[in-house]
Amino acid sequence: MKAAIVVFPGSNRERDAVAALEAVSGTKPHLVWHRDTELPKVDLIVVPGGFSYGDYLRSGAMAAHSPIMREVKARAEQGVRVLGVCNGFQIITEAGLLPGALMRNGALKFVCRVQHLRVENTDSPFTKKYAKGQIVRYPVAHGDGNYWTDAETVKRLDGEGQVAFRYVGDEARADPRGNPNGSVSDIAGIFNAKRTVLGLMPHPEDAVEALHGNTDGKPMFEGLVEALS
Amino acid sequence: MSAEATKAQERPVTAELGKEFGLSAEEYQNALDILGRTPTFTELGIISVMWSEHCSYKSSKVWLKTLPTTGPQVICGPGENAGVVDIGDGDAVIFKMESHNHPSYIEPYQGAATGVGGILRDVFTMGARPIANMNALRFGSPDHPKTRHLVSGVVAGIGGYGNCVGVPTVGGETNFHPAYNGNILVNAMTVGVAKTDRIFYSAAAGIGNPVVYVGSKTGRDGIHGATMASAEFTEDSEEKRPTVQVGDPFTEKLLIEACLELMETDAIVAIQDMGAAGLTSSSVEMAGKGGLGIELTLDTLPMREQAMTPYEIMLSESQERMLIILKPGREEVAKAIFDKWELDFAVIGHLTDTGNLVIKMYGETWCDMPIAPVSNAAPEYNRPWEPTPKAADVDDSVLAGYSADLGDTLAKLFGCPDLASKRWIWEQYDSLVGGDTRFMSGQADAAVVRVPGQTKAVAITTDCTPRYCLADPVEGGKQAVAEAWRNLSAVGALPLAITDNMNFGNPEKPRIMGQFVGAVQGIGEACKALDFPVVSGNVSLYNETNGEAILPTPAIGGVGIMPDAMIAVGIAFKNEGDVILAVGETANPYGGHLGQSIFLREILGREEGAPPPVDLAVERRNGDFVRGLIHEGLVVSSHDAADGGLIVTIAEMALAGGIGAYLTGFDGASPRVLFGEDQGRYVLAVRPDVAATVQEKAKAAGVPVTVLGETRGTSLSGRGGDIVSLKRLRDANETWLPSYMAAEL
Repeated sequence: MKAAIVVFPGSNRERDAVAALEAVSGTKPHLVWHRDTELPKVDLIVVPGGFSYGDYLRSGAMAAHSPIMREVKARAEQGVRVLGVCNGFQIITEAGLLPGALMRNGALKFVCRVQHLRVENTDSPFTKKYAKGQIVRYPVAHGDGNYWTDAETVKRLDGEGQVAFRYVGDEARADPRGNPNGSVSDIAGIFNAKRTVLGLMPHPEDAVEALHGNTDGKPMFEGLVEALS
Repeated sequence: MSAEATKAQERPVTAELGKEFGLSAEEYQNALDILGRTPTFTELGIISVMWSEHCSYKSSKVWLKTLPTTGPQVICGPGENAGVVDIGDGDAVIFKMESHNHPSYIEPYQGAATGVGGILRDVFTMGARPIANMNALRFGSPDHPKTRHLVSGVVAGIGGYGNCVGVPTVGGETNFHPAYNGNILVNAMTVGVAKTDRIFYSAAAGIGNPVVYVGSKTGRDGIHGATMASAEFTEDSEEKRPTVQVGDPFTEKLLIEACLELMETDAIVAIQDMGAAGLTSSSVEMAGKGGLGIELTLDTLPMREQAMTPYEIMLSESQERMLIILKPGREEVAKAIFDKWELDFAVIGHLTDTGNLVIKMYGETWCDMPIAPVSNAAPEYNRPWEPTPKAADVDDSVLAGYSADLGDTLAKLFGCPDLASKRWIWEQYDSLVGGDTRFMSGQADAAVVRVPGQTKAVAITTDCTPRYCLADPVEGGKQAVAEAWRNLSAVGALPLAITDNMNFGNPEKPRIMGQFVGAVQGIGEACKALDFPVVSGNVSLYNETNGEAILPTPAIGGVGIMPDAMIAVGIAFKNEGDVILAVGETANPYGGHLGQSIFLREILGREEGAPPPVDLAVERRNGDFVRGLIHEGLVVSSHDAADGGLIVTIAEMALAGGIGAYLTGFDGASPRVLFGEDQGRYVLAVRPDVAATVQEKAKAAGVPVTVLGETRGTSLSGRGGDIVSLKRLRDANETWLPSYMAAEL
């Protein structure tokens, strides 16, 4: 699997994504600068986390209009898989690859913690290595992760299997807390209609080795390698 | 703007103006003597910040010189932007802790944010990629009307800056005490890693070499910030808000990447960030260290505001700016990198052989004075000081009338502001970015962060117990260093070196100066005994409001190394049936040291007595023993016994792991044994099949080890049944801070 990671001024989790992709696929991903206008031929494009352009305007809004994003959108339309994590989710949503919007967290504070999630649909290269309904733990680290779309769209997303992950919490778990940011319907991540694009707030790339405390994010990258190699 | 308009804004230079700028009459006269004339307005501004307490360390220098600063591991001690320590394989760790107290009280968000930005620059300016941030925070009483606002702003500021630049904030400490009501402490620490052969220093060299300005544009923010930080607060201090700088973490992130990229070329001769006193201190220090002169022409300097005067430019503390001396002819290479990162880049001058600082603008010269005589004449005071009278330890009479249930006492302690969970704070910090964080706050006694791309890891801790320092600055200073050393040992790291952030009141008062002197003595003694030298530091004095001083707070940032991040041990109990051991002795003449303990203050309502003494030889023996056990893989959980004593330590381990403890080692024990804060102790959990081995090893090493019980169930219990459920402790522990911040208390 060949992958490219798009780097904006202010991206800061591109190194985490490089490490995760390299560890699982054995191949070093390409780093593509935001002012580039062309992408190498790749099977997967990752838009990583961070604070692109400082997030001084609405998170992701500036990056969505950078030169490289035209190319990312074109490739996405051709079916190239796109993974947007955290700020990357905000950017690809702002760019129109996914429906809805990401707003300030409900509690108005940045939140960083390990969060329980439920895998809602395993019919995608991103989630094929998980079991439907499986509870996984990924860290979250964001200030603007409050996903919103109208009730009708939530219904459609559910009906079409476009909800990838939901925040869950219950008393039986080490950390019982659910939804960390007020997202509508506890949505943590969504697919596009063809399930070739995934955007999610939590960080699978920070849960891939023993040092991270859990490796629940690893199957996502293993699934991609299996599907795209 | 023109020369005429600039002159129209200047004020006549007199002793009165000198006083307004923070110079004493004597210091003003000294300036006249050195120059042989009256300084210009710009020169007076420059001299006043150079001689400010903040920049000159005039009250502290004579004592700081007594600290041990060398060792085989030390590559660069105090005097540069940060300390540099060898961690093997051609790698170095570069770190420093610095205060941003005064600005954070006046404008908590920006004050704390720019504190983080400043310390990050001190570290990456030496060639290191920052890998971790820490902080040590002290706030006033929770009942004080400003405390909630200050906690909220400081935490948001630290997070807002650190999260954006993408450096994980992995730990720290937060205390509350009424002595900080008018002066909070915000001490920020950054740790970075570099190659030992790619370390950058600040001494300028090469006459004629270009002086380059990069980063953000200069505005009018922070003018005379260093002077503000060198005086007591009074009622009108809030009017000083315009002296607080404004941070831009996005630009800092670009600056880090651009500088590290430039450092991979061979274009740099010297580099320094513009911190306190901005362009003045960076240009004067760089030229001064190189024994050269420097001539700056400010017309082309990137400015954010119109019609700035040379005085304003030289004293601005606008953030995210660096000064670089380039090799001749490398301007284009450097400019291309800063253009890529969309940062300002301007050649603003060159090095000269005159030894003078020359400032030109609008076709005129505004400053032309010799650097060395002005720098060397920075005042150095041996201020009068009084030793702090020793207090006696408290005797058993303090316990008369105490008969509370142990479970109730523990629940109360776990909900008190100093021991309550700080989750509300650290969940606002991105502690994981980079993917190298093994342990962060709350998981282990020290944060453990892997060196990127390697297996080895650095351990980092910040420590100080101000209530001990107030009662006995010498023992308190010793204890702060010993606790840092212990916390590093408790995770399995070999302690390497410290940075000290000395926060005190007004040094012109002999009682306060005595606290400073005592703390330095204690720190020095501990550093020597533990081979744990000071490699960088910062002094913040005048932390007083209307004559009320803070508790003496010599915050210690300690750094250690371990060969593999995965050998590190956290505090959480992991398995049922592990044997709980106490390492070290609980045996002062009264059988457990209660003086200045959390128990004495929170349960008995008394702040008195002597702090627990530190026996540095015992400290070292016990720590070496624990570290050895961890390296042999014999330890499952490890926690130093600090605030609250042995029983609180065990309860914290139980809470962290969600597994209780059945205690057999405390039958009939007095509160002294349960809550005494004797030093040099650890609580370990080990698998039952190695418990005997550990005890034999302890015997051989001459280390006292006692069995306290075993991990079991979901409560703390003993032969008499349940003492307290973990659920009750957790509720008490987790509720206080969020409820307080939501104004529900």
